[in-house]
Amino acid sequence: MENFAALIYVISSVLFILALRGLSHPETARQGLNFGIAGMALAIFTTLLLPNVGGYFWIVIAIALGGGIGTVIANKIEMTALPQLMAAFHSLVGLSAVFVAAAAFHNPESFGIGTQDDIHLVSLIEMSIGLAIGAITFTGSLIAWGKLQGTISGKPVTFGGQHALNAALGVLLILLIIILCAGESAVIFWMIALLALSLGVLMIIPIGGADMPVIVSMLNSYSGWAAAGIGFTLHNNLLIITGALVGASGAILS
Amino acid sequence: MSAVLIMAGGAAVSPLVFQLAIFVMAIFVGYYVVWSVTPALHTPLMAVTNAISSVIIVGAVIALGAADASGFSKFLAFLGVTLASVNIFGGFIITRRMLHMFKKKD
Repeated sequence: MENFAALIYVISSVLFILALRGLSHPETARQGLNFGIAGMALAIFTTLLLPNVGGYFWIVIAIALGGGIGTVIANKIEMTALPQLMAAFHSLVGLSAVFVAAAAFHNPESFGIGTQDDIHLVSLIEMSIGLAIGAITFTGSLIAWGKLQGTISGKPVTFGGQHALNAALGVLLILLIIILCAGESAVIFWMIALLALSLGVLMIIPIGGADMPVIVSMLNSYSGWAAAGIGFTLHNNLLIITGALVGASGAILS
Repeated sequence: MSAVLIMAGGAAVSPLVFQLAIFVMAIFVGYYVVWSVTPALHTPLMAVTNAISSVIIVGAVIALGAADASGFSKFLAFLGVTLASVNIFGGFIITRRMLHMFKKKD
């Protein structure tokens, strides 16, 4: 079944590539969208069929709840509010990556990456990277959303030593990841999350509201890298491929 | 792709190396596939890539569906599935609405 699922995931990946290709030209855009929907449906159904996936009740509730909210928001939103909606959606991918990384950290057995307190070293590194990028994407997108929406001032927020602070926090982040790899402490894991969340805020506040569209594209790219990081952690090629596709294409769009 | 096949013939190649190979190639595919995108389609393309990056839901579903998981881990996974679902449905629907607008303009 695992091999079969991996093969179906390849089909999903191809459908995603065709979706991006289709969306690049006006005549094929709608067809591209349908490819994307088909790829996603296939990926989700295949995952549900995996032997280690059971307890459909909560899965169906979560998909129905999230799907319902997403449907209402997407149908109601004014088209003039699109940039902030995109920013809000990117933040969700980031936060979702944080949750998956945390679920994997607290229950490594379900992903075959080791046991509690004995997670494989490589998996810990990959997990930390997915966690950090996800957290930065989350708060960074929230700030971008606030600036576009007008909830927070669009003016750049700058202060003395800003770059030095960001650099110091970046170094601290790497140090914490090394400490996590050495000791696998849950406290350190959540400290990494917290630090990356603050980094996301600090990275986006100095940028003015007028530059936000570029930042939103950049965050789109980040959400892809976060998905890829989680894909490495979970040994899931679909996540790795899709994350790379989104990360690379997002970098072009910005 | 032949490089991957050759590696597959080797005995002791770490799975990480395979994953990295796939990752790097997918980056190139993503780069060249959207290289010639029409500027007017930037926003719909971003909406679709956003929806697609929610494929992370696969990881969240596995974590939520795991039989032996702790309550806390399941709770996190539940939130992950919910958030990714918002994005999937929202992202695809908003893309459809955008494309609909294009049609009206033509």
